[in-house]
Amino acid sequence: MITFALNGNKMSTDAPEDTPLLWIIRDEFGLKGTKFGCGIAMCGACTVHLNGSPVRSCSLPISAIDGGKITTIEGLENKHPLQKAWVEHQVPQCGYCQSGQIMQAAALLATNANPSDAEIVNYMNGNLCRCMSYKRIKEAIKQVSSSSTSVVEIYDPKRDSILVDNNEQGVV
Amino acid sequence: MTRLNKTEKIEQSRRNFLIGTVGTGLVMAFAPVMTAYSSESAATALNKKRFSPTVWFEIDQSGSILINISRAEMGQHVGTAIARIVADELGADWDKVSIKHVDTDPKWGYMVTGGSWSVWQSYLPMSQAGAAGRAVLIDAAAKLLKVQASDCKAQNSHVVCGNKSISFADIISQGSIDRTYSAEELALLTPKDPKARQLVAKPSNALDIPAKTTGTANYGIDVEIPGMVYARPLIPPTRYGSTVLKVNDSKATKVKGYIGYEILQDPSNILQGWVSVLADTYYGAIQAAQAMNVEYQAGETANVSEQDLIDEGEKLVADKTSGGRFVDYGDINKASSEAKKSIDAIYKTSSVLHFALEPVNAVVEFKDGICHVHTGNQWQSLFLPVVAKSVGLPDDKVIIHQYYLGGGFGRRLAGDYMIPAALTAKAIGKPVKLVFTREDDSRFDCIRSPSVQHFAAYWDSNNALQGIDHAAAAGWPTLTMAPGFMPDSVDKKTKVDSFSISGADHWYSLNNHRVRAINNTLAQKTFVPGWLRAVGPGWIAWGVESFMDEVAHAQNTDPVDFRLNLLDAKGKNAGTVPVAVGGAKRLAHVLTEIKMKSEWGKTLPKDEGLGIAIAAGQERSMPTWSACVAHVRVDPKTGGVKVLKLSSVMDCGTVVHPDGALAQTEGAMLWGLSLALHEGTAIQEGQVADTNLNSYTPLRMADVPELDISFVENTEIPTGLGEPGLIAVAPAIGNAIFNAVGARVRNLPITAKAVKALI
Repeated sequence: MITFALNGNKMSTDAPEDTPLLWIIRDEFGLKGTKFGCGIAMCGACTVHLNGSPVRSCSLPISAIDGGKITTIEGLENKHPLQKAWVEHQVPQCGYCQSGQIMQAAALLATNANPSDAEIVNYMNGNLCRCMSYKRIKEAIKQVSSSSTSVVEIYDPKRDSILVDNNEQGVV
Repeated sequence: MTRLNKTEKIEQSRRNFLIGTVGTGLVMAFAPVMTAYSSESAATALNKKRFSPTVWFEIDQSGSILINISRAEMGQHVGTAIARIVADELGADWDKVSIKHVDTDPKWGYMVTGGSWSVWQSYLPMSQAGAAGRAVLIDAAAKLLKVQASDCKAQNSHVVCGNKSISFADIISQGSIDRTYSAEELALLTPKDPKARQLVAKPSNALDIPAKTTGTANYGIDVEIPGMVYARPLIPPTRYGSTVLKVNDSKATKVKGYIGYEILQDPSNILQGWVSVLADTYYGAIQAAQAMNVEYQAGETANVSEQDLIDEGEKLVADKTSGGRFVDYGDINKASSEAKKSIDAIYKTSSVLHFALEPVNAVVEFKDGICHVHTGNQWQSLFLPVVAKSVGLPDDKVIIHQYYLGGGFGRRLAGDYMIPAALTAKAIGKPVKLVFTREDDSRFDCIRSPSVQHFAAYWDSNNALQGIDHAAAAGWPTLTMAPGFMPDSVDKKTKVDSFSISGADHWYSLNNHRVRAINNTLAQKTFVPGWLRAVGPGWIAWGVESFMDEVAHAQNTDPVDFRLNLLDAKGKNAGTVPVAVGGAKRLAHVLTEIKMKSEWGKTLPKDEGLGIAIAAGQERSMPTWSACVAHVRVDPKTGGVKVLKLSSVMDCGTVVHPDGALAQTEGAMLWGLSLALHEGTAIQEGQVADTNLNSYTPLRMADVPELDISFVENTEIPTGLGEPGLIAVAPAIGNAIFNAVGARVRNLPITAKAVKALI
């Protein structure tokens, strides 16, 4: 039995311990926003946060998350400034990679509120967008990173997750 | 082109347009002309659902407008563009408009999303439908307001006459509407004066985007049906002719949740030698599939390599009797025999994967005698009959339910991935969700065929270019998947896949010009060639536009001036009304524009160069005029190429959804770059060698150059944009490399090794 917090809710699963987290999130708990792309941790469509850090859920066995806090795109509750910026910049095309792109970008801003262009590219380079919406992804991240002091407050690096309120209510 | 005309006919066959009150709302629908009920009024017919009217849009009593979209949404925001065409003519408040992507009920007509056709094909009929709706709402409003209809106008979902005004919602609540437009009456309606447009060609956000930022957009892979089990297919060693000899699942039985396997017997013959492996979770199915031990008798192509395919292509282009003539203008044999100077060259491209990020998948459920297929697909009308044949049902017992596509790029024009799901569900009598792993998806991809092109140019004694002879050999998608759509060659001796040779019939005026389109039969036997974004022009232009530069350099003329000189818009290149108005003049225009924008001829640092290429994809019958300049830097020590900037000027007529157009062109141009420098695989032992991102390496953010994209402002009929932006990029890069370091690369993808060898 593996127990973890999924977007602040305590969850447990009896699935085999080598099962990748992706399938537990999607098929056992029904959160379909996290996507299956390559299965070898090289496209980033399955990116979620484990204790605030981005992980590739397609290649992360659930044995590695026991007692941890998992945040998925649904856990951002459409309140994250990146989600607003993604709409403003009309980033998604097919949209399939975008949950992973947003989660990866959120992790970047959580630890580096004002990244340089090179830092953005370096951090995001593992996330494939087959529609090649890269230009807009970068612009949207830049807009959020440079927009206001509130960003810095949201991404207080002393806190362990970007979703402070949610996690404080977490039951783990 | 045959397919194009056929599709157009299907889309715009003789239909009445009915507008009538149904329940408490107003429905506007196309319906086929049927004699039996021809005396019925529109409202009666719509209420009785006499003949499954093709409902295009409806307005309820609150004024909410629902526009049904039969096109697949795969990133092009097509529903937004089409809805804005209707809503603009209707005089609707955009905030009250929503869209719905529909299933394959025959009433929707022929369903295909490809060829960059959607906006182009929809523009006129949707404009007319919207205009008819506006006229009817104005008539009803005039009666309610007791004014003359001719004094009224529709705007913002209101009909306004002087200082009187009534909302669409109130018109529908208070009035009863019943009006039929005949096809002839509808044809008389012309789109609004461009100056009066409120929505078309104005900025707007795409309706599908918000859901794609919250994880709530529903793709085929997200579908769940109560009672379903999961399956993963085992892909046989060859695409054709494999048979399953023996299956041993003793190791699979140890996998938690393993249910069993099915050897698939497919009456449609799409699948040959397939096994599907079932489990109660998808991870269980993946693991059980890995644990299966299957012995196959492989088909005859089990040892075919990429080199075999290229060798076959080279042999075919060298054989002057092979293939069918796609262009035969003037007398190229005479030009050749009288030539005082000539050059020739061979251009090649390697196999390429679609690699849509959502691996192909389908959920199939048999319920009440109907086979329900849940998936994202681009050409439902092509594969619905194939699914029906596979499961032994008539076409009208199969329904394909549409979802968002996690990338199309032409992969999902083929619906072959529905078949294993359907056969497995039928065999076990339960709903099945069959998902391909990434590796399965790559091995089952209908790849872009490797290609070989030969070009020869001839000059007379005055050093005047007399003509070009061109031959192109590749596997043909249309031959395997939709042979009925292949037109005759110009000499009527054979059929050619016009989509695979499109772009060879370019807009340059040459005295003598011959194009032979040749099917690479070995490719055709080894794999299913696919339509990959930009299809024929995507690789044809690599040869055509690179060779044009070779010809320009051979006669010591500037590549831009050389092209402008051939774009005289005379004779067959004058263009036709309405789609290709202006012909080659518009191509010359975008070329002139980019010459200025890119500061063509400016001095650059050593080892840097600009390269030009132009295109008029996707076809001569739907040209989007484009010009591209690439700015590259080449490292002469390694041969490594860095693309610093890509500029383009596009003329697609009216730009219906400007930001969507820009996004499509950004994506298409970066695809062009990715195909030029980053992507390519090889057939190895009858299968693709690269099946995942560890060795298949599409463009990432770090390799994105500066982009400078502009659109020509005009009010011509809109043409497509999903693909055309891709076409000129690779040859522009190749030509830039030549201008930077003098290396003429002729193979895609361009490798550092190849460049280095040429310096």
